[in-house]
Amino acid sequence: MLGVPWMADYERALPNSHRDLGGSKTLSEWLHLDLMLLAPLLALMLGGLLVLYSASDADWQTVVGQGRNQLIGLAAMVLAAQFRVDTYRRWAPLLYGVGFFLLLAVPWVGVGAKGAQRWLNLGVVQFQPSELMKLAMPLMMAWWFSRYTIPPRLWPLLGSLMVILLPVVLIGIQPDLGTSLLVAVSGLIVLFLAGLSGWYIVAASLLGVASVWPAWHFVLKDYQRQRIITLLDPEADKLGAGWNIIQSKTAIGSGGWGGKGWLSGTQSHLDFLPESQTDFIIAVLAEEFGLQGVLLLLGLYLLVIMRGFWIGLHAQSGFARLLASAITFTFFVYVFVNMGMVAGILPVVGVPLPLVSFGGTSMVTLMLAFGVLMAISTEQRSLSA
Amino acid sequence: MASLRSALRDPHRDAAIHSRRLAITLLMVVTALTVVGYRYYGLQIVDHQRYLTQSDRNRVRLEAIPPKRGLIFDRRGRLLASNIPSHRLSIVLERVDDLDELLAHLERLVGLDAHDLERFNERRVLRRPYDPVPLKLQLSDTEMARVGVNLHDLPGVAIEAQLTRHYPHGELFSHVVGYVGRINEQETARLDDSRYRGTLHVGKIGIEKRYESVLHGGVGAQNVEANAHGRVLRVVDKVPPTDGADLQLHIDLDLQRVAFEALGQQRGAIVAIDPRNGGILALVSNPGFDSNLFVNGISSKDYEALRTSVNSPLFNRAVQGQYPPGSTIKPMLGLAGLTLNLIEADSTVADPGWYQLAGDSRRYRDWILRIRGTGHAPEVDLRMAIAESCDVYYYDLAHRMGIERVAESLAPYGFGVLTTLDTTGEKAGILPNTDWKRQRLGEPWYPGETLSVGIGQGYMLATPLQLAQATMVLANRGTSFVPSLVKRVGESPNGAEVRPPLIAAEEHWRSIIEGMMDVVHDPRGTAAAIGTDLSYTMAGKTGTSQVIGIAQDDVYEETDIAEHHRNHGWFIAFAPVDKPRIAIVVLAENGGGSSAAYPVARKVMDAWLLDDANAGGAVDG
Repeated sequence: MLGVPWMADYERALPNSHRDLGGSKTLSEWLHLDLMLLAPLLALMLGGLLVLYSASDADWQTVVGQGRNQLIGLAAMVLAAQFRVDTYRRWAPLLYGVGFFLLLAVPWVGVGAKGAQRWLNLGVVQFQPSELMKLAMPLMMAWWFSRYTIPPRLWPLLGSLMVILLPVVLIGIQPDLGTSLLVAVSGLIVLFLAGLSGWYIVAASLLGVASVWPAWHFVLKDYQRQRIITLLDPEADKLGAGWNIIQSKTAIGSGGWGGKGWLSGTQSHLDFLPESQTDFIIAVLAEEFGLQGVLLLLGLYLLVIMRGFWIGLHAQSGFARLLASAITFTFFVYVFVNMGMVAGILPVVGVPLPLVSFGGTSMVTLMLAFGVLMAISTEQRSLSA
Repeated sequence: MASLRSALRDPHRDAAIHSRRLAITLLMVVTALTVVGYRYYGLQIVDHQRYLTQSDRNRVRLEAIPPKRGLIFDRRGRLLASNIPSHRLSIVLERVDDLDELLAHLERLVGLDAHDLERFNERRVLRRPYDPVPLKLQLSDTEMARVGVNLHDLPGVAIEAQLTRHYPHGELFSHVVGYVGRINEQETARLDDSRYRGTLHVGKIGIEKRYESVLHGGVGAQNVEANAHGRVLRVVDKVPPTDGADLQLHIDLDLQRVAFEALGQQRGAIVAIDPRNGGILALVSNPGFDSNLFVNGISSKDYEALRTSVNSPLFNRAVQGQYPPGSTIKPMLGLAGLTLNLIEADSTVADPGWYQLAGDSRRYRDWILRIRGTGHAPEVDLRMAIAESCDVYYYDLAHRMGIERVAESLAPYGFGVLTTLDTTGEKAGILPNTDWKRQRLGEPWYPGETLSVGIGQGYMLATPLQLAQATMVLANRGTSFVPSLVKRVGESPNGAEVRPPLIAAEEHWRSIIEGMMDVVHDPRGTAAAIGTDLSYTMAGKTGTSQVIGIAQDDVYEETDIAEHHRNHGWFIAFAPVDKPRIAIVVLAENGGGSSAAYPVARKVMDAWLLDDANAGGAVDG
């Protein structure tokens, strides 16, 4: 019997709950799983397999491979859910330190792909330290503000900015602008949730706007500038940089309300759509299942996000609150950036659609983060018992 | 210190800050997801139709299906122009990253000449997006294999199967059938683009050009589903092309070959007509050339060789060559003299070997004078004048007719105007009179010039085809048809087109034809050499036309004259005389005289008349 979480909370709150007395825990309780979170995650994964089957031209090998990724991800999630929140808090600086060291090592011992050095070869698997940093960053930031008063004062604030900036710069010069922005966001959101003064935010925003010009000319690389130009005017280079966006928009738009039907998307099956199994998989879904499918997907993501925020809201410690909310927000940013980029309202940065795009690394990183969320969730339940 | 700060913290205040900030964050999240949702709504609902159209356009490509060009057969259904499968190398430019590199690669694989590249560059300007642009036509098997093996390294390169024109008899029919060639820039501008989509070749000369509209057929179309790499996956729908109509010619392959071979090394032309319907049985201009050279673009080396050859193989002597008809017109003028009552069949003219106009000291010499030193006979009548080709008799007749009546009486035979629509580049020749001379040269007509025209010299020019037509009129005793090459278009016969007949009295015809029979059958006839052992009756007339003027008392010596200044030899004939089945003209260009022509005519006649297969079917088709 799988228990209903809030009923469990309710029952734990009663001094003479038979569950407490009888000691008969459900499987989910034994494994510290949050079913309200797990249910939409599983729905997204299964739906993802369905879309991937079509995106890969009915290639079972791809689907089985992704299923294996998902199982590894689920295992990682269950594992991560077993640790105490305080353990994460204590280990946060070390994890961050290791991640930072690995990022430093990438330029010397890393493996290149598509003009960027992002990977470390660990013999058995290739591993991106920047992925580790996606989890280490919110951990480190939450740890940081668990040690200082909030809202943050000037010196702790400056320190936290260094915590964010160093890895972001290292990832940015690999170069991997997409991941570095995501890592930055996962740190900055902690600042915001920690009650950073509104004046700082306004000032930073002004500074950000002012830095657009120098960033364009001195920081961004040609291909990054090209992506932004492409975003603004995809028709300018129909067969070059604009091709991807024109084709993905065509795929999405031609899906209409009801879609062309599973396995019947012409844009993807006739190879017009690029990266249809990875970053652009939402276009396959939109073409074959229409706006209906897109809204269903958005609904599932929203359920995940709502549950994540709910866990953050009810967490017992400042560290747990910040961590849970930051992890959830980062997940949202993934969804937003990917869906926005494929639909042509954001520049093309290499961000997969979480839980749906084909790929092992991002799957495991994401599921680890959800495991941490579940660790927070289960602790809060047991504490309130 | 850290523990102290921690101790000072107010957990409830911390939670409240977090809750407030989380609420703002949630608002941001919902707003952002709403924006995303709205974007998808905009793409999928508001602009759905537009993107659906674009997706269909991506997916579905309209392709032209070129029609199969009509075949050309001889009168017995033997192929003169066929279509054979071949492969061509094309490039879809949209799929090519670096064209220069690709061309360099292909150059190493199959070799490309300047001509290929020039045509390629012409065509790529005119193409539509994603249309394959032909680069090299007619790949050999080895070239195909080389490209095929490397195809994965050659993005945008396609090998397309197609039909290409083939002329199995090469130079034998180069001047009749003509050839097709790649459509050039001027033709692109002239041709209806919608009819020629997907077609690379168009008729350039001869039947191929004249009958282009029926040979070509109607283009078909198909919508094909192609993937992003341009590979066709499926045909969505299809309108099949209408294949071009087959043509059957009056030409007989065997007779054409006999005629061609009978000329041998002799430059010249032969036209043989079936007098019963005007169908052209053989039309030869020698030398010819291999039409197949032109189909896929002749190399400049080959073309220069043909163009500059002293034998002018590209020149179609049978219809483009204009020569003085010489004595071949004598029977026609004789008939006119009888009809006009200027002469009688038995009236005679004194022949000292020359003719003089009153008040003119110039002597107009008879050709016999330099051979015998005298005339043909003291008195020459019409029959002898034809049989022995007496010039003096015709000087006298032409003088008495006057140039206007000479021109009028020759016009019904078709001189001076174009003969048929079945050939290309035909010349009209010249049938001169006073108006013509005043308009063309701005000078009055002199009486002496009439004498020259009277023996087919002077300003008068005719093509071999025109003389063949005139011979047909003689053979038919007046009935005339438009000479035609094409016997049948598709399933429908190309009926004989009748011309207004030449009306003359029966006995006048008999007098003329008796004279023409003597040319061959009488020992004194000018073509008596071919009259022996003839198993059928033949009526003919020899002719010799001067290429350069001979001064008053110069003696013409063949051997002294450069080959291209030697006289042209003519022979016209029809047979059998009572029921003619063939009328023929032979031109031996610079052959020296008619003796170079009449043996050729005899060979062609024999081939036609002694073969029983040709005996039947009067006016067939």
